[in-house]
Amino acid sequence: MKTKMRFTARLFAVLGAFALLATACGGDDDTPEAGGALTVAIVAPSASDDLAFTQSMVDAVNALDREITLSITDGTFIVEEAAAAIRGYAEDGINVVIAHGTQYGASLAEIAPDFPDTTFIWGTATDTQGLDNVFAYHPAADQGGYVNGVMAAAISTTGVIGVVGPIEAGDAVAYINGFVEGAEAGGATVNVTYTGSFGDVALAAEAAEAHITNNADVLTGSAQMVVGAVGVAVSNDVPWFGTQANQTSLAPNLVVASQVYHWEVVLEEMLALRDSGTKGGQAFELNMANGGLVIEFNDGYSLPADVKAAAEAAIAEKSAG
Amino acid sequence: MFPKKGAVLIDKLLGALVPLMAAAVAFALGAIMLVALGANPFEGLQALFDGAFGSGDRLAATAVRATPLILVGAGITIAFRTSVINIGGESQIIAGALLSTVTALSFPGLTPYLLVPMVLMAGFIGGGIAGAIPGALKAYASVNEILSTIMLNLIMVQFMNYLLRGPLIDPYELEAGTRIPQTQRLSDNASLPTLVDGTRLHLGVPIAVAAAVAAYFLLWRTPVGFRLRAVGHSPKAARAAGINVQRNITLALGLSGALAGLAGAILVFGSQGQRMVTDGSAAGFTASAGFNGIVAALFGGLHPLWTVPSAFLFGALLTGATQLQRVLQVPSSLAVALNGIIVIFVISSSRVRVRLKKLLENSSLINKPDQEETTEAT
Amino acid sequence: MDDFFTTSVLVATAAAAIRLATPYLLAALGETIGQRSGVLNLGVDGVMLLSAFFAYWTVLSTGNLWLAALVALLVGLIMGVIYAVITVFFEATQGISGIGIFIFGLGFSDLMFRQQVGTPKPVPRLPSVNIPFLADLPYVGEPLFQRSLMTYLAFGLVPLTVVLLNKTTFGLNVRAVGENPQAADSLGVSVERTRFAAIMIGNAFAGLAGAALVLQLGIFQPNLTQGMGFIAVALVYFGAWRPWGVMGGALLYGVVNATVLQWKALGIIPVSISDLAGMAPAILTIGALILLARRVHAPAALTKPFSRH
Repeated sequence: MKTKMRFTARLFAVLGAFALLATACGGDDDTPEAGGALTVAIVAPSASDDLAFTQSMVDAVNALDREITLSITDGTFIVEEAAAAIRGYAEDGINVVIAHGTQYGASLAEIAPDFPDTTFIWGTATDTQGLDNVFAYHPAADQGGYVNGVMAAAISTTGVIGVVGPIEAGDAVAYINGFVEGAEAGGATVNVTYTGSFGDVALAAEAAEAHITNNADVLTGSAQMVVGAVGVAVSNDVPWFGTQANQTSLAPNLVVASQVYHWEVVLEEMLALRDSGTKGGQAFELNMANGGLVIEFNDGYSLPADVKAAAEAAIAEKSAG
Repeated sequence: MFPKKGAVLIDKLLGALVPLMAAAVAFALGAIMLVALGANPFEGLQALFDGAFGSGDRLAATAVRATPLILVGAGITIAFRTSVINIGGESQIIAGALLSTVTALSFPGLTPYLLVPMVLMAGFIGGGIAGAIPGALKAYASVNEILSTIMLNLIMVQFMNYLLRGPLIDPYELEAGTRIPQTQRLSDNASLPTLVDGTRLHLGVPIAVAAAVAAYFLLWRTPVGFRLRAVGHSPKAARAAGINVQRNITLALGLSGALAGLAGAILVFGSQGQRMVTDGSAAGFTASAGFNGIVAALFGGLHPLWTVPSAFLFGALLTGATQLQRVLQVPSSLAVALNGIIVIFVISSSRVRVRLKKLLENSSLINKPDQEETTEAT
Repeated sequence: MDDFFTTSVLVATAAAAIRLATPYLLAALGETIGQRSGVLNLGVDGVMLLSAFFAYWTVLSTGNLWLAALVALLVGLIMGVIYAVITVFFEATQGISGIGIFIFGLGFSDLMFRQQVGTPKPVPRLPSVNIPFLADLPYVGEPLFQRSLMTYLAFGLVPLTVVLLNKTTFGLNVRAVGENPQAADSLGVSVERTRFAAIMIGNAFAGLAGAALVLQLGIFQPNLTQGMGFIAVALVYFGAWRPWGVMGGALLYGVVNATVLQWKALGIIPVSISDLAGMAPAILTIGALILLARRVHAPAALTKPFSRH
């Protein structure tokens, strides 16, 4: 034991010295080259190209109609890491830091007051926690869910629709509840499976298989693990409805429509407020009325004209409030 | 006979050089990966260290990140010394956090002098229960603890998700319809006090270090520890000596879990959020401390005291990685891969040192010391 | 509940159970061989992730499923060489080196995916292959004999592993070095070489498990396995280091998972307790082991590095 301990001691002495050396060599952070453009950073829990939650925000910032230098820290589902990244961006003097995850709220409440000149944008959340340099956003995901549900009920011949969800929480519930409402209004039976995980693709796939066994001939689902369920839809030639981002690329012939989050609508408003000196303090809802929620139809799927008309009627209804 | 001076010198040199080489090779591989990603490796290394040690606040963040690793690691040490393997750190952290959360929800008005010890104790007990279950299953029902701890990890995640989106959900979340699976903000009276203003260094950090010291004393300075180690050394001999093997196995996993549970309580009440929130996975809450703690413990030679610097080292790697991603815009998964490489290289290096020494001895460059230095395999 | 006990639903549930069990079975069989030689490999999940990614990438760029399985096998073998060198030659502590492999696999597969693919793109899935005559049997035909070749391979490897371990000289050597390496060594069995080979085989199986997973799903995303490799390690303990027992564990796990999903789809399990139901596979696995109460002992030299001192 003694000898082992001596080895361990040396190991740490050496590694410690190494660490000190490297720190000593290190200089200051590189501040991003602003060059007049607005600097924006996104901190998000999943991959920036996840075809779901995170990608919707990256696409939105890229769609903004102004000159922007964007940096991204993604895959930080661990709140501590996200907090470090948020603080780091603020320290670097980034103008606008988007904390794209509900779970980051508590960290933001600590960080935001230390950087009064920085605008923090946080969601999905319905309030700004009383912070005057934080804007909050959340989607009325049930609206698109409803529209998708109306269409699903109309194209289903068996009258049974399967839904694959992660855990019964957050905006997945909003979307799924909206969907169920829309589909049941159209006379369909909706079976909902929450697999218990945002990441388990295999379980999502088998959940979809189980729905098909039980006569479901239309499927939908929410969160990033649905890629597994879409695969099942493809092999069984069953139509799919997407949400969060446009999922047509997953199944070009079978995705009927996707509810897409166009965060740029509310981001634009927030940045305009920032230009006029308001750094935060307001909450925004993304909905059909303000054009933030858009049902994007897939031209590769031949949707009957009357179903499309019904969908557009539902959209009009939701847009009117 | 004492070994000759030259041998000692060579041994010392190797002792310093080999781990250094291992770390250097690991970092070199990391550098190659950075180059492949089109980033400057020197800037990468600098960002890594700057992120971990660059300022008082970052140093504090590193310490805070190391805290659960210290606790889980110290617990792992107790279990391993009793020859039981605890892969259930994740479930025990969650159990501790849940019980401490319920405690804070039940007595929000208590004075901090009572409530803080109470939530910490609740974490300790919650984790202890989650640890004692696989312990008792092993001792009394012959259920292998690797199986039961891995399975308990899966069970506790779902239980956490159920509680946080059901019975324990913030009533406001239901009212607003946002249904975010989190508790309400817990009583500030339960919050762990900050030690240095302007940083995130909180009471949990010294508590963790104290717990590691306590684990050391327990194992090597008390009759309880003696019995645990006796069971670890040889259950047969321990039984012959009148030690209740079953009870000690349960105790070992219970204590191991209790320390992890304490880490869970510290994660909740030392965090800025002061609430429990789930993203559906265990890692989302624990930051994989249940696994990284094992690495920290083994890296520290399964000695509770060495677990402290070892955990600090991994805490530094983890905090530094965030900076690496932010500054260089390389995916954070690079840092994860690098962590794995470092673990592999450094763990392999102790043997290389012994082998190199032997090689030198055999080539009779130096006199053979009569005491062979061996690394113990535990 | 009546909806569940219809032939079509039961058959579909059985089919789902076997699909779900396939990657677990492959990985756990490989781990069994490694552990019988005295080497614990906690890095299975990392190997599965790496092989799954490379298999996926191969299908994505060539469309060739066979090549993908071959690539996965190769990745498994490469990781086997690495792990064998670490554990056999460098005698590293097996728990920690395995976790090192896992962390590396988790990070590197994620990194490669982001660099080379980015957005998940679906690829062709493994087709079902009907076994003549048997596939047409009532009830059992569909779940058992209309599966993919990967599934047949996994279940076919169970008796082969039994034969390998119990009826061959290599198997004898594996068990000898797993129980008493000193004695085996004195009888002229090379502990190093035997363990090296066992690790290679074990990791090759883990590679195939990754391929089975990704080719059944037709998609990859970071951390695709979600800890499957760790469950596979647990199943080795469930099966008491015996291939048939390991198969029983994998099937139990698959059946419970499939049944829970089926009941969720049928509404037998209400949404409000869906997470509690998600605990079922793990609870039942522990429960089954308590009931079986097999007082078997692990390979005596498990996790103990061997050096000739």
